[in-house]
Amino acid sequence: MPGEALKDLADYIVEKLDGDAAGYSFAKDELVIHTDPKALLHVLQFMRDNRECQFQILIDITAVDFPERAGRFEVIYNLLSVRQNNRARIKVSVNENEVVPSAVSLFSTACWFEREVWDMFGIPFDGNPDLRRILTDYGFEGHPLRKDFPLSGYVEVRYDPELRRVVYEPVSLPQDFRRFDFLSPWEGITDVQLPGDEKAVCPPHGWHPVERTVNAEQDK
Amino acid sequence: MNLDEKVETPDVILAQETQIRPYTMNFGPQHPAAHGVLRLVLELDGEIVERADPHIGLLHRGTEKLIEYKTYVQALPYFDRLDYVAPMNQEHAFALAIEKLLGITPPPRAQYIRVLFAELGRILNHILNITTYALDVGAITPALWGFEEREKAMEFYERVCGARLHANYFRAGGVHQDMPAGLAEDMMEWCESFPKFLADLESLLTDNRIFKQRTVDIGIITPEQAQDWGFSGPMLRASNTPWDLRKSQPYDVYAEMDFDIPIGKTGDCYARYLVRMAEMYESIKIMKQCLEKMPEGNIKMNDYKVSPPPRAEMKNSMEALIHHFKLYTEGYHVPEGETYTCVEAPKGEFGVYLVSDGTNKPYRCRIRAPGFAHLQALDFMSRGHQLADTVAIIGSLDVVFGEIDR
Repeated sequence: MPGEALKDLADYIVEKLDGDAAGYSFAKDELVIHTDPKALLHVLQFMRDNRECQFQILIDITAVDFPERAGRFEVIYNLLSVRQNNRARIKVSVNENEVVPSAVSLFSTACWFEREVWDMFGIPFDGNPDLRRILTDYGFEGHPLRKDFPLSGYVEVRYDPELRRVVYEPVSLPQDFRRFDFLSPWEGITDVQLPGDEKAVCPPHGWHPVERTVNAEQDK
Repeated sequence: MNLDEKVETPDVILAQETQIRPYTMNFGPQHPAAHGVLRLVLELDGEIVERADPHIGLLHRGTEKLIEYKTYVQALPYFDRLDYVAPMNQEHAFALAIEKLLGITPPPRAQYIRVLFAELGRILNHILNITTYALDVGAITPALWGFEEREKAMEFYERVCGARLHANYFRAGGVHQDMPAGLAEDMMEWCESFPKFLADLESLLTDNRIFKQRTVDIGIITPEQAQDWGFSGPMLRASNTPWDLRKSQPYDVYAEMDFDIPIGKTGDCYARYLVRMAEMYESIKIMKQCLEKMPEGNIKMNDYKVSPPPRAEMKNSMEALIHHFKLYTEGYHVPEGETYTCVEAPKGEFGVYLVSDGTNKPYRCRIRAPGFAHLQALDFMSRGHQLADTVAIIGSLDVVFGEIDR
């Protein structure tokens, strides 16, 4: 559970920011501050420079994709204060094609983290001096960590001995990608009346017809 | 001025040639000093680096995406393949993150074993870094000596989990299996002899004139700059910032351990070497304490919903067999929630931001690799230095592309 000191700090931050921070919450014992893209830079600057906060290290910027939410992406800033031995997270919700202001002017390290978020999720950062792709291939299309991007991707590469170079081709899987769902393995077959199980409760929509070819052959 | 008119005399041709600048050079990805698959586009003015643009991602495997399609148990081996130089330290972060979401604490013996092997991992990492770093700046002997000692340390890995590299040993709720008989004694013996090797290694490098010429005052970074660039671990400590997660935010049994945090004063490549060297002595201290204090008892949670039942019990108990089957097909369900959990990995702060939606697979698993932030600062650190100094700086950054590219 969060300590009293951290709660006091959270209250202090939200009060001082005067509406720029929409509020705070605790995930386990970790402080999370919610804000919106317009106020983001002000919140970050306050968190970095204020004497009580002193979150001088931007540990990480990342995002999470929630396709069913109104603000599809959640951009997360992880801050660390070496002086106060505290951690805090700042969360911003953005929609597709919505722009997030870049934090490069406040933290030099933000550049690559923003590039990665752009590469993986396609969230543009306004003011980033070098917003190129970072981890994916040169000329890659799409944003892999979005939930609607397939695990297998769209293209595959191989060396073509005739052309004497690496060629790109659409992915062809000899066997379809199977995603095993083990969440309810115990329900089994419930709508087929198995031989010897005639006393089982009939499902509301009636029994499913059974293919009895194997048994029929045996009967002959 | 039209240059074409003046190409008659040799003097002017010379003047024309010196105007070609800056010179752009491709460094890597197949270069022994690139520590893997770093492609570096350097803009040079003569031999002075004006801009260094690292192109990374040549080892990108989509670990974060793959983990979203695996159960928590299946996702663990991916962490060995990030920083493959010290695999168990990465597993440690993931195991701690799951434990935090599940709200469980592993038994004390498991915690001691994990700390013991996390420190062994630190030594593995630092030996590799220091020796290859020395190789980059022209010293061959440390690598020959160091890898022999490193092999001994890897044998301990092999004895405890069956693999030299990809351990897959830590679990949420403990470790996979207990240490085999005799391992603790052999490790203790090694801990006694290892500082002698370190002293030998130091005698090769610490006062070595050539090594010092290549590293002292190269790639200096001040404490403020180090924080601005998101440094952590030995990189931050070498810049005169006393910060170590094992002390300040202790996890497992680090709080009970007695050890010091070495700090570098100057923030140059030499200071980073010294910090790593001193850290190995401290790691040995921690390992010895672990081996001495390690209690008897369980090595994993006695809860069959999280850790598998013993093989013997499965032969007699149907219940145990079902638990085993469920655990390795469906896996355990982690309650909805999120956490950022980090450990002091040998390279710096290695963090896992885990978002769970209540099912048996992570909804999102963000991996925060320390090397990623460190490599970004290469441009800043190498500007104005000679080309050869860039090699020394890369060596002192301690980059491993498994974790940077993920």
